[in-house]
Amino acid sequence: MTLFELGQRAMSAQMVRMNAAASNLANAGSVAASEQEAYRPLRPVFAEQLDAATGMSTVRVDGVYRADVAPVRRHEPGHPLADENGDVWASPVDENAEMVEMLEASRQYQNMIEALSTAKQLMLETMRMK
Amino acid sequence: MSEGLFGIHGAALEIRAQRMGMLGSNIANAATPGYKARDIDFAAALEAKLGGAGDDRAIGSATRYRVPVMPSLDGNTVEMATEQAAFGENAVAYTATLGFLRGRVETLTRAIKGE
Repeated sequence: MTLFELGQRAMSAQMVRMNAAASNLANAGSVAASEQEAYRPLRPVFAEQLDAATGMSTVRVDGVYRADVAPVRRHEPGHPLADENGDVWASPVDENAEMVEMLEASRQYQNMIEALSTAKQLMLETMRMK
Repeated sequence: MSEGLFGIHGAALEIRAQRMGMLGSNIANAATPGYKARDIDFAAALEAKLGGAGDDRAIGSATRYRVPVMPSLDGNTVEMATEQAAFGENAVAYTATLGFLRGRVETLTRAIKGE
């Protein structure tokens, strides 16, 4: 594995994280007719992937899971999706947390790009040695 | 042959490249739960390498786990400031080593050409 492959996989992982946060934000405030149907935030889980040959470790997306949080029950009898008690179930998305998540993912993406461009420059200089 | 021509710098460049990979791994795993950041003790690695140890042995014996300034709850010990500073320092040192090597190459080509 080269540093470039390592960086590429790490950036893909951060991209998955950003997409999950975007999905969560998009579904913030959506309501459902029952507790089971309500949207639950997506959360990717990362794992280290060691390449024994080079001693470098990159990131693997272990899976994208639904966060285990209870949907918010809201009494809204006029809502078309309301159940017999007049309640709807709103998605438990914390918008602030999602924004923070997105910001962190994009920062880490940038950090990786920075590291890669430095590495690229050093490699080019090494190749120019005559 | 190359050891005689390029002295310490060939070995140094190799370790610098390895260290860049290791620091790159740390930066990549900044969000991985339980990941333990590692770094190569450059002086120890160089000493082992000049002592005749192979690449794997020299790097392996000089690899250290990073001691975090403030441990995080998920067990990850990557601290971006530390990693970026180390990465930058390593890049500068790599460039310096390249400079030494380039000077050596120039000297040798001059000798070959008989200038």
